[in-house]
Amino acid sequence: MEVILGSLLRLGVLLSAAVVMIGACIYLYRHAHEAADYRVFRGEPSEYRTIPGVIRSVLGARGRGLIQLGLLLLIATPIARVAFSVVGFAIEGDRMYVAFTLIVLAVLLYSLLGSGIGF
Amino acid sequence: MRNSMAIIHWTILEVTGVVAIVAFAAGLLGSLTGLGGGVVLVPLLTIFFHVDIRYAIGASLISVIATSSGAAAAYVKEGFTNIRIGMFLEIATTFGALLGAFLATWIPTSLLAIIFGVMLLYSAYLSRKPRPEAQRNLPPDPLATRLRLNGSFPDLEGQRSYNVQNVPAGFSLMFGAGALSGLLGIGSGAVKVLAMDQAMRVPFKVSTTTSNFMIGVTAAASAGVYLSRGYVDPGLAMPVILGVLVGSLLGSRILVKAETQSLRLVFSLVILVLGLQMLYQGFWGKI
Repeated sequence: MEVILGSLLRLGVLLSAAVVMIGACIYLYRHAHEAADYRVFRGEPSEYRTIPGVIRSVLGARGRGLIQLGLLLLIATPIARVAFSVVGFAIEGDRMYVAFTLIVLAVLLYSLLGSGIGF
Repeated sequence: MRNSMAIIHWTILEVTGVVAIVAFAAGLLGSLTGLGGGVVLVPLLTIFFHVDIRYAIGASLISVIATSSGAAAAYVKEGFTNIRIGMFLEIATTFGALLGAFLATWIPTSLLAIIFGVMLLYSAYLSRKPRPEAQRNLPPDPLATRLRLNGSFPDLEGQRSYNVQNVPAGFSLMFGAGALSGLLGIGSGAVKVLAMDQAMRVPFKVSTTTSNFMIGVTAAASAGVYLSRGYVDPGLAMPVILGVLVGSLLGSRILVKAETQSLRLVFSLVILVLGLQMLYQGFWGKI
């Protein structure tokens, strides 16, 4: 079980790195020679801050949208891992740890969906 | 400011290239020395590239998830990671991380820089301190036994079992480690290992690998907040995570052969200098 979960983690990281790479190629191809400025904090526009926004910009074949999608996949990887652990503990019949893992999963899902990024 | 590499005059291609190289070096050194790469990334980006500390923290936090998830896959196979200790303590770290991330959105950036500086100095100090002696035959703690935290790991003479101590202290320290991680966008592996080594008396190899297992989940708990607040810039995060990922993967491949003692010394000196810089710039309001 743990070995499968380990492979799941690695797969998630590789997949998200690949998506980021594709996004990077599009982004650099289009914007390579523009001036960069990260000195002043403006906050990202909503298309890179919410899941529907990211999906919309991916459908528009935007490089930065694809990078953001890759980053979302990366964040989702440990969350998926925790979700599978719930199943693992349930198979072992360990109710206490099913409860603990569900608490962790709830916090993670709240952060990802409840803190404003969902919609 | 005139002599520094102010990123403002650079094109996106140049910035991407240079940041990727810096992130690669940080990931490589972080994984070779076991001190983590995220802890130097934020100061490097803010001090030398004048990146706003909030963008730097956002990018660093995401890279922490990448390295932790990548490395955890290898560690879990070796049988050192204690999943129950990890999962139980993640209750503390994820709540802490959520709190830290919300705090980070209203704390002034100069105060963030000062907290970061103190954290760096503390990491440099910890990296020079010898590890506590490995426990031998400690009595089982009733709470740890009820929580089924005790375990065993493969040793030269077969499986060696251990009894976890002082669960409440470890749990509280982990809440602090999570809050720091969420506040500063780092893995805070140093604090996590400290909580398990010193308070809970978990054997060294188990605490290191379990801490690594926890780092990704902890960081994921604050990443959602960072993303929704617009702290994660795709243009900056892209070279950071790709650089750190390649660097740390390479580092874990050559770890067995390399002589890490002197490298560890150099890296802890770098951390010390960056910590002093962060304190200076924070106090003088330059960040």
